[in-house]
Amino acid sequence: MAHATTAHDDHGHPTGWKRYVYSTNHKDIGTMYLWFAILSGVIGGILSVVMRMELQEPGIQYFTGLASMVYGTPADAAIDAGKHMYNVFVTGHGLLMIFFMVMPAMIGGFGNWFVPLMIGAPDMAFPRMNNISFWLLPPALGLLLISMFVEGPAGAYGVGGGWTIYPPLSTTGQPGPAMDFAILALHIAGASSILGAINFITTIFNMRAPGMTLHKMPLFVWSVLVTVFLLLLSLPVLAGGITMLLTDRNFGTSFFVPSAGGDPVLFQHLFWFFGHPEVYILILPGFGIISQIVATFSKKPVFGYLGMAYAMVAIGVVGFIVWAHHMYTVGLDADTQAYFVAATMIIAVPTGVKIFSWIATMWGGSIDFRAPMIWAMGFIFLFTVGGVTGVVLANAGVDRSLHDTYYVVAHFHYVLSLGAVFAIFAGWYYWFPKMFGYTYSEGIAKLHFWVTFIGVNMVFFPQHFLGLAGMPRRYIDYPEVFAGWNQISSYGSYLSALGVLIFLYGVFHAFARKQQAADNPWGAGATTLEWTLSSPPPFHQFSTLPVIR
Amino acid sequence: MTAGMKPRRNLRVAVLAAGVAAGMVGLSYASVPLYRLFCQVTGFGGTTQRADAAPQQATGQTVRIQFDANTSGSLDWSFHPVQDSMTVKIGEQILAFYKATNRSDQPLIGSAVFNVTPVQAGAYFNKIQCFCFTEQRLEPGQSIDMPVSFFVDPGILQDADAAGIKEITLSYTFYPVDKAKAVSEAPQAAADSITN
Repeated sequence: MAHATTAHDDHGHPTGWKRYVYSTNHKDIGTMYLWFAILSGVIGGILSVVMRMELQEPGIQYFTGLASMVYGTPADAAIDAGKHMYNVFVTGHGLLMIFFMVMPAMIGGFGNWFVPLMIGAPDMAFPRMNNISFWLLPPALGLLLISMFVEGPAGAYGVGGGWTIYPPLSTTGQPGPAMDFAILALHIAGASSILGAINFITTIFNMRAPGMTLHKMPLFVWSVLVTVFLLLLSLPVLAGGITMLLTDRNFGTSFFVPSAGGDPVLFQHLFWFFGHPEVYILILPGFGIISQIVATFSKKPVFGYLGMAYAMVAIGVVGFIVWAHHMYTVGLDADTQAYFVAATMIIAVPTGVKIFSWIATMWGGSIDFRAPMIWAMGFIFLFTVGGVTGVVLANAGVDRSLHDTYYVVAHFHYVLSLGAVFAIFAGWYYWFPKMFGYTYSEGIAKLHFWVTFIGVNMVFFPQHFLGLAGMPRRYIDYPEVFAGWNQISSYGSYLSALGVLIFLYGVFHAFARKQQAADNPWGAGATTLEWTLSSPPPFHQFSTLPVIR
Repeated sequence: MTAGMKPRRNLRVAVLAAGVAAGMVGLSYASVPLYRLFCQVTGFGGTTQRADAAPQQATGQTVRIQFDANTSGSLDWSFHPVQDSMTVKIGEQILAFYKATNRSDQPLIGSAVFNVTPVQAGAYFNKIQCFCFTEQRLEPGQSIDMPVSFFVDPGILQDADAAGIKEITLSYTFYPVDKAKAVSEAPQAAADSITN
């Protein structure tokens, strides 16, 4: 971690491992979050490439052998073990990417780094709590990884219930300890996020520099503020739901056991009351990042600032009252479905406000096509595609046919895998010079973009066709008729993996090259407070608070 | 650290936020009784109602009642309705019977869960007495007729969503009542059938 030591304003700080393990510095903690997210992203990415390898051809190619290799399953049982292992990979990929890649990168990483800088604060409100928030994550990741290697269902290993862990598959279906490990991993990751949310709320409400009113805050700070409120309100519900799972499993309660008066559908309500805000938690900070970048490289203030801020608030609020659109098939009556269809479609309005405001910001601007801007424009395009398929899926009648097909997989990967991840890469290149003090290679960054852009579209666009043709998700095998598009999808996955390698090489290249970055490499368009500081910023900043005019 | 920091104010916001988080955990648990109450009040999902007595007079309209019986695989009973269906006057008090036999060689306790379909009829299907209100214990080989006394509320004729219903299916599923056992202690055999 090459932090050029900035001597001035640096009244001594621990060095070596103590600097990080004992860290109370928002920038160091943010950096650790980012490395942690890269690590989880690589693990989650490897899982997804192995799944795509398996799905490249009909039939079962790899997982039978993988199961006997990893778990030592005898040959006659290896086919079933392999099928289960595929489901374990699906589950692991989902949980890793959501809880250990996107959330740490956006909220923990960029949030920690830039919320205090952008509001002119010296640090977060509770620096030690910030340390705990980060250091809860590695044990949580450890528990999740352990769960893949302990018994789940009788005679098989790991949790194969998908990231949604619906009972009864997650209770009577997988009695082994794997599920308990996964539940505890979620508990700890959730506690980390709730502590982080409390920290951000306090920081943003109490520690803004003089003159930095709420309505002058940069949109990235707004996006984090809305996000952490969603976290605070939704994560405890997940914690409650999975605690019920845990007690159903281990202590004889019967929240989800129909024979004792419980109801498995209750878990789905609780899960999606968390789960739907969760998808906005994943994407809202991305909205903030994109707003900063589009304004910077168009050299214009963002179009419709207040509309942009309150569109995020509206998305956050409405996001809490649409959860049952994930559950159209559980037997909701027609009136309830009609309500959830209408409420869901309404979200397209504030989202449209944001998309059109980004376009209006670019309109007539003197656009500088640097790597962050290209990633941001990629984000806008891909997120719009994912949004459109979302409106399709919002219809209860259409969803009846597309529920749990690859169309849904394509939809949420367009908004998350392509949307959120493109926003993260956009933010990474935008702030890389500021965070690490080195310039990145524009050529590598653009190569990274084009390889990834083509790769991910190759992965996920064909999945729309597969879903419309009726291919269900979460199966290791499929009929011959789906072979063609699956093959292309798999090739796209390899190309995307190449993109990740280019990314990692780019990071290595930048740190090896050590080319000092300017304090503000982006010129007049970059107006937020972080660009008034050195690159990288001093260990402690804003000893005298900046005054916003 | 800096002049602008006000620890007490920070603490107040943090405590408030932590309170909100704790409140949401509470709310997720409160959703269990709240959901039950909601179902009972609205007949949501075909939840039937309980009444003490039938209305004074029946209407001229009739509705056909189908009787359905299911038994959990882990309860060794045979359980079926004595009559497959009945055509009843709306508002009339009806007595119907189900027959249950313990096929095992040990006493078994079961309890039934129930609903009606179409689910819109739930709010109007009133049970006065039902074997499903209590647990049923059967000695080895014992066989009993179990009564259910019910009526269909004439209010159903005024409900635009439910007025057209010509047939209501009353369904029961018997589950064993074994003293609550945790999943992790369940016999592996039961789990085997569910994997893959």
